[in-house]
Amino acid sequence: MIAAIFACLFLMPTILTMANSFMSANEIKANYGSILDNASESKEGKKTYVAERVNLKFIPDMVSFSQYITVLFKSPDYLLKFWNSVILVGPIVVFQLLIAALAAYSFTRHRGRIKEMLFFVYIILMLMPYQVTLVPNFLVANWLGIINTRWAILLPGFFAPFSVFLLTKFMRRIPVSLIESAEIDGAGEWSIFTKVCLPICKSSLFSVAILVFIDYWNMVEQPLILLSDEAMYPLSVFLSKINTGEVGLAFAVATIYMVPALLMFLYGEDYLIEGIAYSGAVKG
Amino acid sequence: MQTGVRMREQKKKKLKSAAFLSPSLLGLLVFFVLPFLVVIYYSMVDNPISHQFVFLSNFINVIQNQAFLQASKNTAMFSIIVVPLAVVLSLALAILIDSRIPFKSQFRTFFLCPMMVPVASIVLIWQVLFHYNGAINGILQNFGINPIDWLKSDYSQVVIVILFLWKNLGYDMILFMAALGSIPKDLLEVTTLDSSSTLVQFFYIKLRFLSPTILFVTILSLINSFKIFREVYLLTGDYPYDTLYMLQNFMNNTFQSMDYQKLSAAAILMAIVMVIIIGLLFYTENKYGEDVEG
Repeated sequence: MIAAIFACLFLMPTILTMANSFMSANEIKANYGSILDNASESKEGKKTYVAERVNLKFIPDMVSFSQYITVLFKSPDYLLKFWNSVILVGPIVVFQLLIAALAAYSFTRHRGRIKEMLFFVYIILMLMPYQVTLVPNFLVANWLGIINTRWAILLPGFFAPFSVFLLTKFMRRIPVSLIESAEIDGAGEWSIFTKVCLPICKSSLFSVAILVFIDYWNMVEQPLILLSDEAMYPLSVFLSKINTGEVGLAFAVATIYMVPALLMFLYGEDYLIEGIAYSGAVKG
Repeated sequence: MQTGVRMREQKKKKLKSAAFLSPSLLGLLVFFVLPFLVVIYYSMVDNPISHQFVFLSNFINVIQNQAFLQASKNTAMFSIIVVPLAVVLSLALAILIDSRIPFKSQFRTFFLCPMMVPVASIVLIWQVLFHYNGAINGILQNFGINPIDWLKSDYSQVVIVILFLWKNLGYDMILFMAALGSIPKDLLEVTTLDSSSTLVQFFYIKLRFLSPTILFVTILSLINSFKIFREVYLLTGDYPYDTLYMLQNFMNNTFQSMDYQKLSAAAILMAIVMVIIIGLLFYTENKYGEDVEG
């Protein structure tokens, strides 16, 4: 019973957003008009409170795709920002995983004192908040002359320590005997990595990919600091800049932005849960 | 002779495995470690041109900076409120779902769902809920409570606390569920036979086994609470209400003015504080949790 109430509260914002995306612009105005008016007035510095309240509605009076049609066909700006997100997040997920898988293999195979110390450095860096890591990132981007280009976000993303940590956790679970028997069969390091290690880790790779994806799909800090040209902003930042007049569209854009994340979730929930569970084992 | 060959073999293997590490290590050095050393250097000189060594004066400037103080206070306040709440509530949720209730996996899905929803997508609904003319005030008014201007008053922290919990409880809950599942069943059975109450069982056995996870959720929540800027920015834009002015807001403004010295000193202060807090947490956990770790 308690669980059910909680679950409803947890789901409500998501469902509301989706439901609202199927309302026509007029219906949105009718429901949220009091907020929109107020917002436009407070911009001019004076606050007047309209007595009427908003109307939260789960089911649209009439299902309408007008918002989607506008977003998809009439205002290419949103699709462009969506594409900005894709070309930032896609390469980061792919290359971060690739580089991290190599590193994790190395951390798994030969464990010495130096390796353990290095691994500790990875953990410390992983735990540092953006406020700390963005300053070094910014300096390097500045020296390389890639500030205000996508590379300023992409390159630090490729080398982020989080997936190295998590993949190492996964790979250290592979029975040593399995790798040793491949070694006795005469397999080189590279073929042990590609033919033994990676196939076993397939599901872990996927779970790390989901975690990395959702982290970068949500990014706000990096573009704000590393990109000054708003045309390059991903949709995650741009959504908050949709001005109040276009609230009717915003719900549709918000829903479109959710879709890739939710699809990944529905398809890979078990992997995601496995990935989270492993991320808990910081020690040992 | 034999051993010499073997040693050379060993060395070769070590080199090969180092080669696997090199791309990641190189990137980490170039983008994180080396520039961080430069950040340390910057924090102790007076400006990037004359390189006059001033040691701590940049730090003193930052500490005396009003905006930095306000931001630290707000961030600390937020973290102090939200971290314990996140730990306790997510543990409660995990126990709730771990007990025998129907639709277990569905509930798990529901609670995990907010984590996957991009914040940017739901800020609109959040604004609708917490606006002065919003839905929450509407409900409150039915109970005769005066409306509150949630985002532009001292209540604004409440809004982001709720948003934070909404987003993070699912992840933490999964961590606790995994930990609960790894407690040896026979141990629990023995205590049940001992006819100890479930409460005793919880406090004496489960909590000890959960202590590494409690530590981890605490660290994780702490780190995530530093990231709340994201939500604040998306909800309120560049100029939030005073109590919502977070450390990242301060950093963003400092980035805009290109004040490397201030920026570097602030980043290092934060790094030091993080290391101290995390070190303390690890230390505490080591002291109290070690007897149950295998």
